[in-house]
Amino acid sequence: MRVYVGGVGLTKVDEHWERTLTELMAEAGLSALESAGLQSVDAVVVSNVFAESLQEQVNLGAYFAEVLGLRGVSCLRVEAGGASGLAAVYSAASSIVSGLNKAVLVVGAEKMSDATAEEAVALSSMEEPAEYIASLGVSQLAEAALIYKEYLIRYGLEQEDVAYFPVLGHEHAQTAPHAQYQFKISVDTVMNSPYVAEPLRRFDTTSPADGAAAVLLLSEELARKLDSPKAVLKGFGMASDYLSPFDREDPVEMRSINFAAQRALEMAGLSRGSIDFVEVHDSYSFMAPLSLEAMGFAEKGYACHDARKGRWSLSGETPLNTFGGLKGRGNPVGASNIYSLAEAYLQVTGNAEKNQVDGAKAGLIQAVAGLGSYAAAVIIEEVG
Amino acid sequence: MSKPASYWRLRPFVYRLEGSRCVKCGHFHPLVRKVCRRCGSKNLERDRLPATGILRHFTVVSQAQQGMEKNTPFIVAWVEMDDGSKVVAQMTDCEPEDLKPAMKVETVVRKIKVDGESRLIFYGIKFRPSA
Repeated sequence: MRVYVGGVGLTKVDEHWERTLTELMAEAGLSALESAGLQSVDAVVVSNVFAESLQEQVNLGAYFAEVLGLRGVSCLRVEAGGASGLAAVYSAASSIVSGLNKAVLVVGAEKMSDATAEEAVALSSMEEPAEYIASLGVSQLAEAALIYKEYLIRYGLEQEDVAYFPVLGHEHAQTAPHAQYQFKISVDTVMNSPYVAEPLRRFDTTSPADGAAAVLLLSEELARKLDSPKAVLKGFGMASDYLSPFDREDPVEMRSINFAAQRALEMAGLSRGSIDFVEVHDSYSFMAPLSLEAMGFAEKGYACHDARKGRWSLSGETPLNTFGGLKGRGNPVGASNIYSLAEAYLQVTGNAEKNQVDGAKAGLIQAVAGLGSYAAAVIIEEVG
Repeated sequence: MSKPASYWRLRPFVYRLEGSRCVKCGHFHPLVRKVCRRCGSKNLERDRLPATGILRHFTVVSQAQQGMEKNTPFIVAWVEMDDGSKVVAQMTDCEPEDLKPAMKVETVVRKIKVDGESRLIFYGIKFRPSA
């Protein structure tokens, strides 16, 4: 049985000081329902990571149903760190494949602007083993810096080489109406930004972002009855790894990312060459090239060289992060993967407007929790 | 991890680097484990990491996490311990310019942070260059 996407809803990623988490969720959810011309669903799934810390709110599934006016539906909230969104999609899609549900509305929502910069670093560190990483005064940001350093040395790269990825993210975000940063930056912008944990600079990381995005998942039977543009989810791949990269044999080798992509491609019956665009999890700049290499879209150590040649640009061979990715569109953590999936839906249905990838038929969306402790990949394809 | 009891129960690792070593494959895990994450063996015994290792990389952190605001800049190191395990912790008793990859380092117990509300002092291991 196949799972279809029949509508999406996006709020602008921003620092929404005056808007609540539930207001953002409702806007995205209602917009997705409206785009599909559907009044109700069987179930709602919320992807959110930090609401209990930042808004002192749990039980978000029922809250989301309430603000949509959908009393009595099945509901749940999914948390899987930075990969929560695709984990939520996996859960919703499973319930459709099993026959439990015919229509499930998945929303990703997060309000990071409620955190100070120091709190945000501590929150992301919760993806790492608190018992022996945070307890020794080590943050995920510091771990990321150490991995970045090893990545640069191992492949003989300079920071300027990796800086192409934040530049690319901003370039693609400038024409994305829902993006947080709709302006271009240069390699110099990245290189002149201060260190946060050297060699990581401010512009190698993402900023506080609020936002909500929703995707409506449908059974084949229901999808056939609706008139909205549809896409099909053809492949799913998920893989865990040890929480701390330093407990793995090689912290730079993120095999969860490799496994996830491999499994999704196998399930879809597609080769890398037939993927028209890729959305990767660039929460730290170097995670973009590292992900492309782990997934086999670039040779080890060569994704940055490919970037210089324009391979990942909108008009390139394999467009990357077509609406800016986490860096340009923004990174409202629990919502980020849902934005990526919704953007991929816009691509394969031909509705990506100024960001349209010519002839986009199939896209791969990848998400990562922590520094590779869990990776997910989903393949979306046009409905022929 | 700023509640006294939740920190207190971590003391075997954060003060002494104690954990569970797999009898079959030798892999070390911090604290108590039932199954070896690497080989799946259930034959694990309590062990302690060696107190010395080699510095692989370090970073100077200028954007602190909550609770460490007053400590910036501080150094975080990736150390290959003498048994092959990797430990990530702060460096102390040195300046960044004193450090070179592959130099020998050793553990020492130091103050990690002082909790804002209860003023509880959290201790744990840090690395310093070996004498």
